Amino acid sequence: MSKGSPAQTPFAPIVEAEGEAPAFAVGERVRISVRFPVGHYRVPHYVRGKQAVIEKVIEPPAVNNEEEGFGRNAGSKRHYYRVAIPLGELWAGYAGSPKDGLRIEVFEAWLERI
Amino acid sequence: MSMAPNQGTHDDHDDGHAHDHAGVVDDVMPGYFEIMETAVRELLVEKQLIGAGEIRRQIEVLDSRTPALGAKVVARAWVDPGFRARLLANGRAACEELGISFYDDTGLIVLENTDKVHNLIVCTLCSCYPRPVLGLPPDWYKLKPYRARAVVQPRAVLAEFGTIIPDDVEIRVSDSTAQVRYLVLPRRPAGTESFDEDELAALVTRDAMIGVVPVSVPGSAP
Repeated sequence: MSKGSPAQTPFAPIVEAEGEAPAFAVGERVRISVRFPVGHYRVPHYVRGKQAVIEKVIEPPAVNNEEEGFGRNAGSKRHYYRVAIPLGELWAGYAGSPKDGLRIEVFEAWLERI
Repeated sequence: MSMAPNQGTHDDHDDGHAHDHAGVVDDVMPGYFEIMETAVRELLVEKQLIGAGEIRRQIEVLDSRTPALGAKVVARAWVDPGFRARLLANGRAACEELGISFYDDTGLIVLENTDKVHNLIVCTLCSCYPRPVLGLPPDWYKLKPYRARAVVQPRAVLAEFGTIIPDDVEIRVSDSTAQVRYLVLPRRPAGTESFDEDELAALVTRDAMIGVVPVSVPGSAP
């Protein structure tokens, strides 16, 4: 689904709110951001900076748990994505099958298009 | 049973039973996190953000969840292809179909093991776990050795559970980090063609739904 395109309904053109449609599509390659904000974040350090492929868009969109967790206005909803990263890309010298991989859900604000 | 002299054995008075045991004394001092939990809980109650009864009720909710629920879900998926398809499409909705409620905002992705893919679940950050369908996680799931190693050397971790995954089978480790929880749908073991749903459910263990072991039939080679 392309971003901002009119929905395919009998009532088209429907204009979607900003952030309502997923920013990334299944199969797209992304990079997980490298940021080190103070506090506990749901993006483990070991995946930061790694390249990943979008495997699934997780519905429904959810509030930004980082904002919510720190008690700030978490009104903006965005999608989580289940992304795939080969273990061989995560760990130099990974001994298992090259097909072995990690799956992890990452919030939209932590993903960069590459 | 040997006793420290200062604990007393209280077998010198008539309490209706004859064996000796330690007297009832204060437990060891609570630890840092236990004190923190008590303080936060008491503050929340004092500020009327939650009631003491709500905490008790939530413990009842958690206590009502056990791996037997997950086992029923797995057995139903094995015998009912329509349910299996719905379960893989939307794990939470399919569990709710069986009356298993989700008392939180988590979603559920069910991961199907096949002869080509073996799934394993972990929460590297803490202890995220499909509690609505499995109850509380085992201690090893919450401890750092499993959490750290499951994503680094899953084959070695599985081997320590006695599970050897052939090299041509892909391992997918799902790290639960935010709002989605995972449940592994294990492979139905061979030789269970005549089993009914309840008999199948009795075979399904907690560890099989985490993905550290396959489901096996007692008395046969796994």
